This record gives sequence, C-alpha cells and structure tokens, in this order.
Amino acid sequence: MESMQRLKEFCQDVRADIVRMTSAAGSGHPGGSLSAVEAMTVLYFNVMNHRPQEPGWPERDRFFLSKGHACPVTYSVMARSGYFPVEELLTLRKCGTRLQGHPSCKTLPGIEVSSGSLGQGLSIANGFALSAKIDNKPYRAYCLMGDGELQEGQVWEAIMTAAHYKLDNVCAIVDYNGLQIDGDVESVMGIAPLAQKWTAFNWHVIEADGHNLEQMQAAYAEAAQTKGKPSVIIMKTIKGKGISFMENVAGWHGKAPNQQELQSALAEIYGKENGK
Amino acid sequence: MSIMMLPTRDGYGYGLLELGAANPDVLVLDADLAKSTRSDWFAAKYPERFFDIGISEQDMIGTAAGLALGGKIPFATTYGVFVAGRAWDQIRTTVCYSDLNVKIAGAHGGISAGGDGATHQALEDIALMRVLPNMKVLVPCDAIEAKKATVAAGTVLGPCFLRFAREATPVFTTEGDFFEIGIANILKPGTDATIIAAGPIVYEALLAHEQLAAEGISLRVINMHTIKPLDEAAVVAAARETGAIVTAEEAQLYGGLGGAVAEVLARKCPTPVEMVGIEDSFLECGTPEELAVKYGLTAKDLVRAVKKVLARK
Repeated sequence: MESMQRLKEFCQDVRADIVRMTSAAGSGHPGGSLSAVEAMTVLYFNVMNHRPQEPGWPERDRFFLSKGHACPVTYSVMARSGYFPVEELLTLRKCGTRLQGHPSCKTLPGIEVSSGSLGQGLSIANGFALSAKIDNKPYRAYCLMGDGELQEGQVWEAIMTAAHYKLDNVCAIVDYNGLQIDGDVESVMGIAPLAQKWTAFNWHVIEADGHNLEQMQAAYAEAAQTKGKPSVIIMKTIKGKGISFMENVAGWHGKAPNQQELQSALAEIYGKENGK
Repeated sequence: MSIMMLPTRDGYGYGLLELGAANPDVLVLDADLAKSTRSDWFAAKYPERFFDIGISEQDMIGTAAGLALGGKIPFATTYGVFVAGRAWDQIRTTVCYSDLNVKIAGAHGGISAGGDGATHQALEDIALMRVLPNMKVLVPCDAIEAKKATVAAGTVLGPCFLRFAREATPVFTTEGDFFEIGIANILKPGTDATIIAAGPIVYEALLAHEQLAAEGISLRVINMHTIKPLDEAAVVAAARETGAIVTAEEAQLYGGLGGAVAEVLARKCPTPVEMVGIEDSFLECGTPEELAVKYGLTAKDLVRAVKKVLARK
C-alpha cells in the first residue's frame, strides 16, 4: 500500500509518461489517458490484487480497459508497477512493439483482453466475474469506460447483465470527463443523468472526484464492500488533466504533443507548484 | 428403406449434453432462443451452467469472452443470422483478435428458417465468420455429424463457429464415421468430377451421385464439414484427379464454401468450377423444400451443374 504522497508522485510520472510516449509515437490519445491517471494509479498500486512479475497468476484481480484508446495510461501504470521496463513505453505504436496503439493481449502480458472497439469491456468483465462466482473465487473484475463510450448500446446490455446476475465482484469506472471526439458529450449525444441511469439499472453508484486520490481509494473500497449488486464509480474528471493547454479541449482526444508542447507539458507536470 | 430425419440442431443439443457430462467447465449461453436452438436440453440438465443473456447478442459474445478468460468453455448460442451479423465486431475484436476459447453456435442456418423469411435466413454467416483470423468454421451435414462437430469444438482450443439447421434432414452418416476438424470426408471416390458440399445439402450431392452413376458418370462427393481451416489438400487432389469441381452450400456463394474453394484452386490448381448456392440475393418465405427448388439447391440442380462443369473440362 503506497502513501498518498507517493501516489501523487507516481501520478506525475504517469502523466509525464503519457505525453512522452504519445509525443514519441507522433500519435495516440493523451486526453482520455490524462483524465484517468489517478483512477489507474490508485487501482494498480493500492487496490488490485496482482503480481506484475507474474502476469498470468490465476488468482489475480482483472482489469479490463474498455476504452482501449486510453492505453497510454494503462501501459504507464503497468510499467511503473513492474510489468515491463519503463523505457519500453517509448515504443508505443512503433512497428514491432508490444505496446500496440490499442492494447493487444497477444503481444503484452498483463493486458487481459484486446480492446479498441468501444462498448465491449463491461460484457467481458461480467463474463469473467461470472466465472469467478461459479468457481467461488474471490477475485474481482475492474472495467474502465469512457463517458462517450456509454453511447454504445452494448454497454447497457452489459449493465443489465451484471445486475441480473448480481455480479458484486464487478466494479465499473466511468471516466466522466464530458468530452468526446466531436465535442461535448451532452451536445453530441447526451448521456445525463448518469447516476440515475445506473441506479435505475440496479447498480450501486459511487460518485467521486476522479482526480482526488483519497476519494478514489475510498470509492474502490466502497465498491468492494458492496454485496449483492455491481458497483460503478462515476468519477468526474477533466480531459487532459494536469496540462493546462490540453485541459477540457476535445482536440487533445487523439493528438500527440509536438516537441515544444511536450517540453511545456513536462515543465508543468514537474513544475514548482507541483512540488518536484 | 426410409431414412431417419433429424435437424442438425438436435445434434448440437446432444453434443452439448455429452460435453456437459465430460467437462464441468463447459457452459452454455443463449439469447432468448434456448428452445429453438436446443440449448434448453443442456439448461434442463445443468441449470447452474446455463445462462440466458436475454435478447442481446453482442453482450452474450462479450460475456462468453470473459468466461473463457476465466477458464470456462462457453457455447454462445442463438440464430446464425443474429450472432454472425449483429455481434460480428465483438467476435472480431474481442474473441478472434484475443484468440479466446469461445464457441459460437449459429442455429437456423441457410434456408431452414424458411417461413420466417429473409430476415431470419442466415446466408452470410459462413462468409462473415470465415474471414476472421483464428476462427474455425464448421458446417455439419446431419444430426450425427452435428453432435461430433459440437464435441470437437468443445475439445479444440480457440474460437469456433458452428452452423446448424432448423429443419429435419436425412441422417446418413454413422456414429462410427471418422470426423476431425479440418479433414474433409470423401463420401464417394469418383473420377470424372467432384462435388464439394457442406451442410445438409451433402445429402443432395449423394442423390446426384446416384443419378449420374446411372448415366455412367463417376462423381466424387466430398463432405467439407470444416470450411475453415479448409482441407486444401482434398480440394487440390479432387481438382487434379477429376478435373472438374462443383461446390454446393445453402449460403451466399460470395465468401462462402464456393468462394473458399475457388480461392484455393485459383492459386494452386486452376480448374473449371461451378457453384451451387445463393447468387448474391435475399430470399423470401416458403418451406425449405419450396425454397430449395426455387433457388436451385436440389439434387437436380447439382446434376445440372456437374454436366455444365464437365462440358468445360
């Protein structure tokens, strides 16, 4: 269990990894990776029961990245927790890399399932959680989803399934940053009121500030303690969080920073006001 | 002598029961069609291993994928037209790209859902599944072979698509007949031309064999129960040894068995080919027998196709 101060430092490194790796790749998805930094850092360092040196350990909790484009943040927390060397992050999207532009379980141990086509992760998490129930295993399934992704119909099918089969070992995390490629989620295709919708589908809903480490830690704990129904953490976040020129700009969904932007981002991440 | 008639979906039901008894990791999912697909037989015997996912094929495939990740062997079951079409992206990205041990059963294949009309007739399923890397595609010809195919799919690792039919069709293979995924069964050894067929239409090919034999034409009949991986050696040998090929299937020719055979022959042994199947069209409602006659899927049509291809030799 890492201290909140230590997690805060990890978050800085993870943010730096995200801009460095997308910049080196010349493409990729920094915006929706930056919004999930705290959620993923808390999950990988303090919540999940896993063994980075032994990715196939059968008793591990599973993480499913439904919003596959946010793999930069996933790769970063994986590297920082010991799945593979941090230097390998800079191979993102390069021909021959294990770090595919959207994650492939066939190339990188620790990625549970390939993803990239949206809306599919929660169904997979449900299936895995169901297998754990059948086998009386204590492991849990975590699934990170985008808010725009909730426009996919399959997501609501899966929401029904998890509640129907009372999969309390499922924890969905919605990265509610309010932006998608074409603009504001509410103007593209409204999804509000989100908490009411999940509640109506018989889920336990936890709302949290997705950039507050203590709140996220508490949210995961509440989800784990909730029995008889699945839990969703609807975390309010800022797309591009931590890099002022990227914050709340939909254009940074799928665009890599150039050299100058990278330097400016790194200066901000590790700047004086950020304590390093 | 009258021949026994059974739908190949019954073979699926029996196959699941056999698998269920042999392996506690075998699970069955359905999307509100358990009675039609015969998955309800498994549900009745192993209720704790059966999961109805409701009318949500995409979620069913994803759930099956997660179960496979948990070490289970899930059979995701519904009509072929819905699973292969509606859930294609889930099958592609989640199941095939991740190479998961998910079995997909598409019932009511071909014209067997006749009365339901074009929306329910799975004619593109073979093409849609065949194009996916890592996928195996099995089209059993009768109920006995359907049972064997089901058991084989549950035993082999990786994604499999199985196609079954609704209507009772002749049972002409036996329990003792050899069956292995990827190895074609040569039912008749002829030398003048070859029919390569998949599914219940194989029986029509046998009838065509009889008619042609009476006319002195020696027809080879190959039951190509596995469309992927295709037994290329059997196709090329048939082309070399008989010099004329007819394919037969209850599916769109584009991308179906006809397409698969033509791809092999174009590259390895160019040979005249005629194709019997659906010619780039949607059908209509009618009994399977009526549709077979109207759309040219009978023994008579196969005889005509053989004569046509013989003229091109």
